[in-house]
Amino acid sequence: MSTLHTVNKSPFERDSLSSCIRLAVKGSAILLIEDGVFGAMAGTDHSDMVQAAMKDASVYVLGPDLAARGMSEDRVIDGIQIIDYSGFVNLTAECNNVQSWL
Amino acid sequence: MKYSIMVNEGPYTHQASDTALHFCKAALEAGHEIFRVFFYHDGVNNGTRFTVPPQDDRNIQQEWSKLASAHDIDLVVCIAAAQRRGIMDADEAKRQGIDGNNIAPGFRISGLGQLIEGGIIADRQLVFGD
Repeated sequence: MSTLHTVNKSPFERDSLSSCIRLAVKGSAILLIEDGVFGAMAGTDHSDMVQAAMKDASVYVLGPDLAARGMSEDRVIDGIQIIDYSGFVNLTAECNNVQSWL
Repeated sequence: MKYSIMVNEGPYTHQASDTALHFCKAALEAGHEIFRVFFYHDGVNNGTRFTVPPQDDRNIQQEWSKLASAHDIDLVVCIAAAQRRGIMDADEAKRQGIDGNNIAPGFRISGLGQLIEGGIIADRQLVFGD
């Protein structure tokens, strides 16, 4: 895979997720961490944008950060893969580089 | 795989330092190497041994020191960021005429060159911040 993008801000707080989606090339991986996990929720104002991005990018969400915020895995958009820290590490190794959207 | 990590936020103010710690532990468990962790901006506040959180809370600072000692990780705090925030080692305290030092075990004070070198030597560089 080309680049792993990590997004740690809620799309309700900042526009880093939409910027990331706009600039990520086809085949990228996007991992939602920390408050970024709110971008993985189904049925929000941002869900359509994320679902559209999933045509060209693989989207992941960090499970422990979902749990820390009381967000149920059932509410995650279909097709987003829920991973743990070891999955995070594997993604960084599989991708050629990592871009942190801060 | 060899990793270089950058932490830009202090403990207890933002999740960045916790996330970086969890990531480092998982990477080490998977058999990877953490070559260096570079602490910049408020991240230098992870490097004071005077941190005393309540007993039922995690001690993020000590977690870094323990991890560094167990896995031979180079923990570097940026000198300019450290001076601004009162993080001192013995040499720096002497040079500045300060009456004590507070650098935590396993940490050392150095410059941005260490961040660049980490990026060159490591296979992957990750940034954790706000």
